[in-house]
Amino acid sequence: MREQPFFRVDWIVDNADAIAGRVWEHVQMTVIAVVLGFVIAIALALLIRRVPRLYGPIIGVTGTMFAIPSLALFAILVPFTGLSVLTAEIALVSYTLLILVRNIVAGLESVGPDVVEAATAMGLTSRQRLLQVELPIALPVVIAGIRIATVTTVGLVTVTALIGLGGLGYLIINTGINRFFPTSIYTGVVLSVLLAALADISLLLLQRALTPWSRSRAGGV
Amino acid sequence: MTSPSQARPGGAVVALDHLSKTYGGSGAAAVDDLSLTVPAGEICVLVGPSGCGKTTTMKMINRLIEPTGGRITIDDEDVSSIPAVELRRRIGYVIQQIGLFPHLTIADNVAIVPKLLQWDRTRVRERVDELLDLVGLEPSQYRDRYPSALSGGERQRVGVVRALAADPPVMLMDEPFGAVDPIRRERLQNEFLRLQARVRKTIIFVTHDVDEAIKMADRIAILQRGGVLAQYDTPDAILANPASEFVARFVGADRGLKRLSLGRVRDVPMLEPVIIRADETRADARQRLAGVEELEYALLVDDHGRPLGWIHGSDLTGGGSVPVDAATPGAPTVQAETTLRDALSALLGSSVQLGVVVDEKDRAIGLVSVDAIGEALRAPVRGADGELHPVGEAAVEAAS
Repeated sequence: MREQPFFRVDWIVDNADAIAGRVWEHVQMTVIAVVLGFVIAIALALLIRRVPRLYGPIIGVTGTMFAIPSLALFAILVPFTGLSVLTAEIALVSYTLLILVRNIVAGLESVGPDVVEAATAMGLTSRQRLLQVELPIALPVVIAGIRIATVTTVGLVTVTALIGLGGLGYLIINTGINRFFPTSIYTGVVLSVLLAALADISLLLLQRALTPWSRSRAGGV
Repeated sequence: MTSPSQARPGGAVVALDHLSKTYGGSGAAAVDDLSLTVPAGEICVLVGPSGCGKTTTMKMINRLIEPTGGRITIDDEDVSSIPAVELRRRIGYVIQQIGLFPHLTIADNVAIVPKLLQWDRTRVRERVDELLDLVGLEPSQYRDRYPSALSGGERQRVGVVRALAADPPVMLMDEPFGAVDPIRRERLQNEFLRLQARVRKTIIFVTHDVDEAIKMADRIAILQRGGVLAQYDTPDAILANPASEFVARFVGADRGLKRLSLGRVRDVPMLEPVIIRADETRADARQRLAGVEELEYALLVDDHGRPLGWIHGSDLTGGGSVPVDAATPGAPTVQAETTLRDALSALLGSSVQLGVVVDEKDRAIGLVSVDAIGEALRAPVRGADGELHPVGEAAVEAAS
């Protein structure tokens, strides 16, 4: 085999468009997974709020899903849903649920009983109380959950390369490992890590913008 | 004392009619056949040991808890006929933990009920500023802050004005000043009484602290375990004539002293002082002092009429001008608004046991004696029924 440089910048330049396409695919898959996961998690959390004894079973099921190795999950799903985006997203969404449900429930529980009592006694309906008081107060904890779920998902998306998708995972596995081409591996890994960091910081900034009150919490008790 | 003034009552009559609450499992009564009427614009304090159902009673008024028997009316309207959410918007609510919404600014916290009632924006803003002003929180400074940036006392004030925001006729207050230190509590209580003198709401106030009850109440309802009403009367009438052994023990053996906190110097007959000035002659002063049998001392005052000290009759013999050097300095001064308790304390600590009652410019206008204060405690007491009752009447009945 011909000696080649460890890292080939020219390959990156030549394939810039393809790499950008993989980044975009990665972002899309992550966003779809986290948004869908969030919608399902909110529904589950509200169900738990109404029927508290469902907390154990729901956390048990989502926890089990979280514990299934991603490879195994694809193997289980492929016979039903094929090598498709659907297969990938079912797996990715499943992995977000445990974190999101737990944080949404914890966020709602962080609302003080005095605040709930005052809201009720002032004549807010239960819906107004949820939307105007409980969810806004839960927001810092909820967004903390979304951050963890997002960073986890960015990492997991790479694994979907095994079923022909993968975003930046395609660079790591298909053009990288399978063809013994380190430049592609490192490009995929570095971009994937940058993407995760960028998403995390953006969500942190979003949380600060949405909850200006939570920063001054420490002050003046 | 918070006797009803001429101010227009902003409150409504709250009547509890054979109210009961039992809880399913045990069947034990939390509130048992409780009937009482709170006149519009008065503060009714529910007080009693823990487990006496005082908070349960209060929470039935805004239907946070539904009674199992009897009914509650506000200005003759049965509260169970009003949708709970609508009813609650008409009743202010203040709790010990305050329950400010941490994610909303002070202005938005205060504006909650007005916004629920869909007031227009300008009206809400004006109301918020008016209310913050009312409790001494400069609106421009506090409006946009979050609750976490406020001190405990400031938050409590916000909690109170938030309850007042939509001008409800009735307010429920559950140990509202229980979480602050005694000095701040005293200040918040006084501030609240001044506020109440202006707004004249009907207030149901829950506390376990007898002293707070005595201070805040127009009427006190003392509850005992199982939600039984032990006595419902004015603070003075309860202290003077406890209806039972339980009430007597609950208000404390020092109830005579507690009554002193209720009375003011203005309630006691004042003596006319013999006032002398440094430029008068002894003969003149002696003659005037001799004219008043009860007094052995003349009061020396400065050019503005402010007390300087006492001069005993024996120092006024002979001729010449008043012997200023012979004066016993440090006459205790009290004001018409001073409580009898504070006045008595000042008097007992001074050598001449007479207090000088001064006006707002510190000019002597009268004298108050220990005897006069004692006399005031023995005078008949007006009860919630409007009748005068001799002191100790009910206690004698209870003992027999």
